[in-house]
Amino acid sequence: MSGHRRLLDLREGDSLFLLGNEAVARGLLEAGVGFAATYPGTPSSEVGEVLNDIAQEAGMYFEFSVNEKVALEGAAAASMSGVRSFAFMKHVGMNVASDAFMSLGYTGVRGGLVVMSADDPSMYSSQNEQDNRHYAEMAWVPLVEPSNPQEAKDFLVHAFELSERRGVPVLFRTTTRVSHMRGVVRAGPRRQSSAKGSFKKDPWHLSLLPAVARRLKDELLSKYEVLRKDADSSPLNVIIGGGSEVGAITSSAAYNSLMDALPDLEVKVDVLKLGMSNPFPEGLVGSFISSHKTVLIVEELDPFLELRTRALAQMLGIGTRVIGKMDGYFPSAYEYTPSIVRRSIARALGIRVADTEPVDLGVELPPRPPVMCPGCPHRATYYAVALALRQLKLKATIFPNDIGCYGMGFYKPFEMGDMTLCMGSSIGTANGFSQVTDQPVIAFIGDSTFFHAGLPALVNAVHNNRHFLLVIMDNSTTAMTGFEPPPNVPYEAGGRPATPISIENVASAIGVKYVKVVDPYDLRGTLAAVKEALGYSGVSVVIARRECALLRDAEIRRSGEKIPVYEVDQEKCAGCLNCVQDFSCPSFYANDKGLAEIDAELCDGCGVCVQRLVCPPAAIHESKEGRD
Amino acid sequence: MTQSSIGSRERLNIVITGVGGQGNVTAGIIMGEAVRLAGLNAVMSEIHGLAQRGGVVSVDFRIGDVYGPIIPDGQVDLVLGFELLESYRALSRARPGTTMITSTERIVPSSVNVGDAKYPDLAVLRERALSRGIRIYEVDAPSIALAIGSKLSSNMIMVGAAYGAGFLPVHIDNIKDAIRLHFRESLWDVNFRAVEAGAQEIRRVASTM
Repeated sequence: MSGHRRLLDLREGDSLFLLGNEAVARGLLEAGVGFAATYPGTPSSEVGEVLNDIAQEAGMYFEFSVNEKVALEGAAAASMSGVRSFAFMKHVGMNVASDAFMSLGYTGVRGGLVVMSADDPSMYSSQNEQDNRHYAEMAWVPLVEPSNPQEAKDFLVHAFELSERRGVPVLFRTTTRVSHMRGVVRAGPRRQSSAKGSFKKDPWHLSLLPAVARRLKDELLSKYEVLRKDADSSPLNVIIGGGSEVGAITSSAAYNSLMDALPDLEVKVDVLKLGMSNPFPEGLVGSFISSHKTVLIVEELDPFLELRTRALAQMLGIGTRVIGKMDGYFPSAYEYTPSIVRRSIARALGIRVADTEPVDLGVELPPRPPVMCPGCPHRATYYAVALALRQLKLKATIFPNDIGCYGMGFYKPFEMGDMTLCMGSSIGTANGFSQVTDQPVIAFIGDSTFFHAGLPALVNAVHNNRHFLLVIMDNSTTAMTGFEPPPNVPYEAGGRPATPISIENVASAIGVKYVKVVDPYDLRGTLAAVKEALGYSGVSVVIARRECALLRDAEIRRSGEKIPVYEVDQEKCAGCLNCVQDFSCPSFYANDKGLAEIDAELCDGCGVCVQRLVCPPAAIHESKEGRD
Repeated sequence: MTQSSIGSRERLNIVITGVGGQGNVTAGIIMGEAVRLAGLNAVMSEIHGLAQRGGVVSVDFRIGDVYGPIIPDGQVDLVLGFELLESYRALSRARPGTTMITSTERIVPSSVNVGDAKYPDLAVLRERALSRGIRIYEVDAPSIALAIGSKLSSNMIMVGAAYGAGFLPVHIDNIKDAIRLHFRESLWDVNFRAVEAGAQEIRRVASTM
């Protein structure tokens, strides 16, 4: 939907049904942000989707940076030049940005600087479930936690004001259920943004040499004392209800689940909702726990609020019973639903609740796992690699894999994902595997991920004379998160022209001697290159280059043409079902005669299946009619 | 068929389920915008990311006096399903008395294609669901969409069906205004017709039961 303009047109007092991340984007307009940068990652990506469409018109500079660290460093410099700045990322992106983040409290900021971390409880699209609230505490900076789209917008504006007033960066932490929640959002006034600033030199605050940093640590701690008072009087921290013996302290999406659970429990609970949870508002929490006999801590993931509440109770000598994860009543993993919160509270307080029996049809339903799309070039690449291994009779090959759509090579029939840790780890772990084992190693990485964190690992591999094959799957986009441009394409956010970086030139310049670019749709050529590369001693790189099928579909539709469709000649089909099982394109299925057929609604017209390497009897041909 | 309205209960909980690409997130957006325009509260949640084409896309949609988008266990009032298998799958979150309005569209999952799993007998599923107190209404959305002249309008037919069955406490003009807000003008008319056809069809289906 190109409806993102609506966020620009929205007048004060108007409301819309907005996604949390859309509300964040609107918040940037209301805060007058002039510089925004990201590396895309679910569940934060839609902020970038909106900015890609409207930043230019809003007078804001926006870029998809090469990684989160560079995004934050750019934002930090913009802030030091007086421009309100924003860097946003998924939770594991904060690990990449953390090197810069940890020192920004020391330098302080000028234009407001807010860093958004979108955490992913239940790991809907992530490799771990880390709780990034700890980063705020580690860096001695304020933490703001909204719980719904309206708060996401309002709290963000507040975070910018706080950042600017106190000269510190603010960590703005959402979760999947906040970023991907839709709700009614009422707009506030827009603030004029300025994308240009000017830098006044101040090396004794900004260049963190040991002599400078040592002095600044004291300043940071003094600032933190002021922030403690801010937290205690913050309008983001509110008490709902009053007069009950039972209280609950909560934040973020857990607040919603708590409030939705309470009507089903026969107990009155006063709720202290923390929107600014670091520095920990000790005055506020202290008086809350001392005025309640029992206090429940309802928070997702780590016992962040709980640990501080327990420490505070001990310091103040308060005997209130504190209930949370540490005493085993609330779960320490996965997101909280109203039902989970309700059961946990009931157990802690000894209340009986009647659970409704779920409807059980008594039939196992077939799963519908995510698959590589029909026409996906990655499938053809994996298929060619599988053929090469079979022909060379290679056994026990190790396949380090990486973060992106191609990660689905993990599943049958390819099963080429032996280890995936984080962005770029395919090449990093290939370094280790090739050193300590004598097994063949083939690492897979996408173009965007290669630039993000793969480059230093490739430098390391060449420098240390490693021996492995690196397959760079270049689909010329960051497909998984919404088709953001990586550095190898000639455009950037908003479609503005950019300088493309050649992957093959980079690999050659690093010193890789065997570099070959292939088209994965050409199975024979890809197979030949993979076989040749596997015979090469040292680090070899095969770049499988073919645009993402979804992008090509969009182009075909824009041009008003039809997507070609293929069909199986039932006379010629030998029923080997290689296309269904080994090639595993989802548009293929076996009919009741045991022969292969193509679902014309799903076929993407790539034509890879026509080749004899997929269909030995050459039974597949283009059909007369394409599809829309 | 029972008419439910927000006046008679404080909340309405709807699971909108389907397969990636069927447009059920867009359906939820239109429903939510319409509810907002009717002056009520709506929240919904969508799961993005790994759910690419072909994966399950499930949306929790809630109207009324609620905070978060996650529907508590056993409190689903309506399963609005865009694909038969996914409609039945979503019943694991239902209770006796839950209504299921499902499109008759079938999309065979890849696990069945590659022979890892079997497509279930839909007649058995239907019979078991009925015996567990689920009210089932089937809407032939693909055929109606074809008749309207846009295969892509199936999702608005299902929105119309939810409205026609009394699960959307809004005026039809609220839905049309929501469509105007979210689609470009050339698509308004076909989507208006889809909503109307869906509402008409669910009334017809209900009257034959």
